[in-house]
Formats: sequence, structure tokens, C-alpha cells
Amino acid sequence: MHMSQKKSLAVLSGTLLTAAMLSACGSNNNNGAASASPSTTEPSASASASASAPASSAAASPSASAESERYEKPVTLKLLIDNQTSTEGIKAITDEIEKRYNIKTEFDLRPGGGEGDNLVKTKLATGEMDDLNFYNAGSLFKSLQPEKYFLDLTDEPFMDNVVDSFKPTVSVNGRIYAGPSGSSQAGAWLYNQKVYAELGLSVPKTWDELKANNEKIKAAGKTAVIGSYKDSWTSQLILLADQFNVQATAPTFADDFTAGTAKFATTPAALRSFEKLAEMKPYLNKDYLSTTYDQALKMLVDGTGVQYPMLTFALSNIFATYPDKIDDIGVFAQPGDSADSNGLTVWMPAAISIYKDGKNVEAAKKWLAFFDTPEAMALMAAKAKPEGPYVIKGAALPEDAYGGVKDMLPYFDSNNNAPALEFLSPLKGPNLPQITVEAGSGMKSPEDSAKAYDKDVEKQAKQLGLAGW
Amino acid sequence: MTKASRRFYSYAFLLPAGIVYFIFFLLPTLMSFFFSMTRWDLVDWEFIGFDNYATFFSESSLNIGFRNTLIYAVVTCALKVVFGLLLGVALTSSLRVKSYLRSVVFFPTLLSTIAVGIAFSSMMHPTQGLINRSLSAVGIAGPDWLGDTGIALLSVALVDVWKGVGMATVIFIAGIMSIPEEYYEALQIDGGTSFSKFRYITIPLTAPAMNSVIILAFIGGLRSFDLVWAMTKGGPGFSTDLIASIIYKQYQGGFYGLATAGNVILFIGVSLLAFPLFKFLNKREVDL
Repeated sequence: MHMSQKKSLAVLSGTLLTAAMLSACGSNNNNGAASASPSTTEPSASASASASAPASSAAASPSASAESERYEKPVTLKLLIDNQTSTEGIKAITDEIEKRYNIKTEFDLRPGGGEGDNLVKTKLATGEMDDLNFYNAGSLFKSLQPEKYFLDLTDEPFMDNVVDSFKPTVSVNGRIYAGPSGSSQAGAWLYNQKVYAELGLSVPKTWDELKANNEKIKAAGKTAVIGSYKDSWTSQLILLADQFNVQATAPTFADDFTAGTAKFATTPAALRSFEKLAEMKPYLNKDYLSTTYDQALKMLVDGTGVQYPMLTFALSNIFATYPDKIDDIGVFAQPGDSADSNGLTVWMPAAISIYKDGKNVEAAKKWLAFFDTPEAMALMAAKAKPEGPYVIKGAALPEDAYGGVKDMLPYFDSNNNAPALEFLSPLKGPNLPQITVEAGSGMKSPEDSAKAYDKDVEKQAKQLGLAGW
Repeated sequence: MTKASRRFYSYAFLLPAGIVYFIFFLLPTLMSFFFSMTRWDLVDWEFIGFDNYATFFSESSLNIGFRNTLIYAVVTCALKVVFGLLLGVALTSSLRVKSYLRSVVFFPTLLSTIAVGIAFSSMMHPTQGLINRSLSAVGIAGPDWLGDTGIALLSVALVDVWKGVGMATVIFIAGIMSIPEEYYEALQIDGGTSFSKFRYITIPLTAPAMNSVIILAFIGGLRSFDLVWAMTKGGPGFSTDLIASIIYKQYQGGFYGLATAGNVILFIGVSLLAFPLFKFLNKREVDL
């Protein structure tokens, strides 16, 4: 039985390998006892209040003082940034920073999504964070415990340049820990204006009008609503972009949701978002479960698909691949049940924060102080077109902005916009993409999906150790 | 040398390997048992007892996960045994091109699983994929391989078999080649057909090879993750979620304690299934 002995060794070592899979690098349990209390992030309404000291004029003149602030020896700052963001616009600004201050910027690329989150958290935990950290604003940023790792920027003069609605998304307990990285964007409906004109349709102001449009498009033999659920994150858009309508009927939903007193399944306005998602199923393309984001963009541009609920960064992707078609694409806000409240759900730009224990904190402050000026935004706009209005005061949209972005301006001018839920609450259940696929494809009813999501959120709240859950 | 020092002397040689093994395998394993009972964000931890296990077991997608994992392991294991054995017999016969065919069969094993997954998921696209286009050329309307929740898991399992059958075949070839020629000659003298050769000599005497294939394929199936992740990411919805992909999603969500608890459960589950299977199969083995 010599042979089987050898095999039992092989099987044993196989099992041990399985055991090794369980391991995670756990070298940082030293301060566990000291700080076992997880951060309870209060949605900081006071943030904007404390920072709204009257700014004399947003357009400070950095060039005048720049000469004296120039470093004699070059200083190099490292910027940790995900590899999915186009760095061209940022590079236009960092080149100028190098010219003015002799501060070089080294781009340190990391993966995006969940893997990127883990890398950032590991870098923070091991004290190896780069000088500057480019990261999502909102709930993800707050989950990094910014008060522990990043420089408090509340009293920096350049904060006066930043639009107030951005500040709460990067604030903890009323203190601000990051500046914006560029333009905002919206979660909205991209539509093919050419086909709209051909079929004689107009932009819908209510959900019923939207459905009426869908019927007409369907009758014309085209896909009314593009579904790309193979990339499951895209299935969340109808739900997430409905936040303006949710807060219009249930103004305190975000806070109550964070506190655990309001649920999707029991709040009619929020449950409505799941219902809207399910109601779109008859209008989707046939192979929506196998269609990817890239294929969806192609359908939209070709006009075989006419409407696509998506974030407006898709405009940049469309411009990169189909530059001659970009003017066909328009944007409208996801309509609510009444025409009286029709508004846009806005996503804030990523945040750039300064690592507190970095070697070049002063240089990093200078870097960010210049980055968050209208002048810098203009440099950026010359290289990379914005996907929505800037959140820097006085930074105007360039003349050649995408038509879709210009479509967004009325919602800002009339103040009919609201930040997406993920910027108001630290809670966003990690299984939402799968749950919205189930809801959107009819595998589960809207009620069951809402319940499943409430459970997912509850799990996250418990894992975050939030109070009251 | 005294008896005691001689014993120490021999252990000293084991020490370097032992230390490496302890630090990189045993210690993390033991630590994972501890961290599975904490709320853990890689920096701070808080002891919460068995809450993570309770949460993990109350996960709604977990039932699907357990069922899918078992289906996946059984289907891939069975198909690999069947096809591996048939290919092994074919490729040890007197085919002229057998060494070429052996490399062809083994080739998929060398490919990166992720690359295979991405390639197949584009080939399995319902309207633009190579498979359904070929099918429609001969008048068959192919299904939505990865979008139909009823067959998505089986589609992934088939790709796993395509990729893994080469390894099974090689093990079977080795097993078949080690059968002495005399047995076949004896059967020939007794007037046996080629089917009885296969039935009464090849199958019983390749039992050790078959056991290796079953164990490897079954454990591989239970732990499988990369192919499913590359092809469907557990979707549509949760319909192709395996235990491992559920754990990974929890890890992605930043629930490190919870994910670790899931891994401990997977570890125990795999051990509970694999050891009895291994014992049972070993008993069946026939000595040459």
C-alpha cells in the first residue's frame, strides 16, 4: 500500500493548503484593545456651517505668491490613484504644480473596486500610505477612519473655494478631511437624441411619461431601455438615481436609514425605487443578462438602444470610443411620479486627502491648495472634459463641454438636485448589485428584493459596529 | 552520542522547514480561527464570539451557495473521471497521432483560469458569441449559456471540465501504463473481448489513479472560485454563487472577520467531506 500512503500525504498537504487559504495577514492587532470602538460617523450637517466663512473671492491669486513658495530642490509627492480613472486631466494640473512649486507628482496606480479598497486600507494600517490619496468621497471615504489618518483641512483657506455640498461627504464630526478632485457627475438617463427626434418624443417629466415613451420606442422596433446586467453594478442605477425622488417625498430617509429606523421595504418612497427597477423589465433588450457596459454604450450610440440609466461618466467613455457621436447623447433626470418635483441625483467627485504622517505634508498642502482652484479646473478641462459641473466655486464649464453635461445645468441652476444616498449615509450593502439584478430581471419581487437589501445593510451596519443596530 | 541528544540532533534538521511551515501555514491558520470570532477591519478588532458564524449561516444566499458548491463539485468531478478515463484509454491505444493528441488534451490545463473564463464568457454570449452563432448556422437556437439562471452553473462546470480533463487524463494514462501487459494477454488467451479487457482489467487496476482524480477534482470543485468569478461573478443575481465566492464578496465588502469565519466553515466542510471520501476510496483499492 505504498502508493496510497503517498497519496494520503498528497491529500494531507492539499488540505493544509486549504488551511493556508484561511490565513490573512494579521500583523496589526497590537492596538486592538486600545481602540475597539469603531468610528460612528455622524452625517455632519454642521460641516458646511463651520466652513462657510465668507470668502472674499473664490479666485485667489496663487501666481503672485507662488514665486516665493517655490521649493529650491525638487520635492516629489506620491499620489495613490486607481487605474480606472483617466489621469490626463490631473496630469495637466500636476505639470503646472511642478512648474510653479517645483513639486513633482508620482502616480502610484492601484486597482479599483473592492481590491483597491483593501489595498488602501492595508496601506493605512501598515503606515505606508502615499502623501496624497485619491479615493471615493462619501461612505467609502468615511469607512477609512479619516480622522485617524488624514490631515484636517477644515481651516485651510482653499476650502473656501469648495462648494458646500461637497464638504459633508468628506467630513467626520464636522471636520473636513479632503478636497474634491474635479467635476461632479449625475446618475441619470442617457438617451439618443436622434432617435428621440425621429420618433417625435420629448424628455419625460414623470414616470408615466417615461413609460409612454418606452412603449413608442418598443413599437418602433428598438430597445427602449438598455440593460447591461452582465456587469452587475450597472443594474443599480435606476435604484440609486432615484434618490432625488426618495428625498422629495421622505426628506429624512437618509438619516433614518443610517440610524436603522427606516428601511427600504417599509418606506413607500424607497420601495418605489425597487418597483421602478422591476417595471422596466418589459422594455429591456432581450439579452440584458449577458450584455456588458461596453456593449450597452455601443447600443446607445448606434441607436438600437435608446435610453440607458447610467452615471454620466459614461459620456467620457462614449467620447473616447465614438467621438463623432457624442452630440447625439443627451441626459435627463430619472423622473418621479409627479412633474412638480423633477430633479437630478448627483455623485460627488472623488476626494483627495493628505496623509497625516507623510514626509511632505507642507508640500502636499500646497499641492492641494492649487489643485482646488478654478484655475486648476480650467487646466483640467482643457485635457479632460467634465462629466458634470465642477464643485469648485467659480470654475465654469468649458464651451466645448458635452451636450449631455450642459443638459444637467438647469437642474443645478434651479437647485433641483440631491446627492446620492451613498454620500449621505455610510451604509451601502455590498450585495446591492446582485439584488438589483434579481429585482430588475423579475427573479424576485420588488418587496422581496427590498427586504433582502435591508438584511444586507443590517449585516454591514453590524460589521461596522454602528450604534443602534 | 546519548540517545536524547541523538533525538535532538535529528530534529534540528527539521527545524528550518518547521519554522517556515509554522510561521506561514500553522500560525495564520490558528490566527484565522481567532479572527473569525472578531469584528475586524485589518487594524482594530473586537471580540464578538460566534456572531460571525450566526451571521454567515443566516445569509440568504448561503443555501444557494452550499447547493451550488455541491452540484459543481459532483458534476465536474464525475465528468472529469468519465472523460479522463475514456481519453486515457484512447490515448494509450495504438493510435498513430497519440502523442500529439496527448498534448492537445493537456494544453488547456496550462492556460490561466481567468483567461479561459473571459474567453469562454465572450464565446457564450447568447447573440454575438461564437458558440451560439455556430449553432444558429446549423439551425439550432442556442440558450443563453450564462444568463439563464437554470443552466449558468452547468455552463461554468463544463468549462471547468474542458480545462481540467487534461490533468485527469494524464493521471489515468500513468495508471493504465502501469498495468502489466501479461494480464491483457491472459485475458486474450481466455478469449476476452476488448470490452471485457476494459471492464475487468483496466477499470479495477486503475482504481488508484481514479481515486486520485476523484479526490483532486472533488476538493478542487468544492474550493473552486476563480473560474466562476471570471465568468459570472456569482450572477445573474446569486444564481451561480459558490461558498468561496460568497466569502470573497464579504471580504470585498470589508467584513474581514465574517469572511474569515466563512473560510473556517469552508475548511471544516471540505475536511468533513474529503476525509471520509478518501478513506472509503482507499478501501476499494486493489494491489497490483
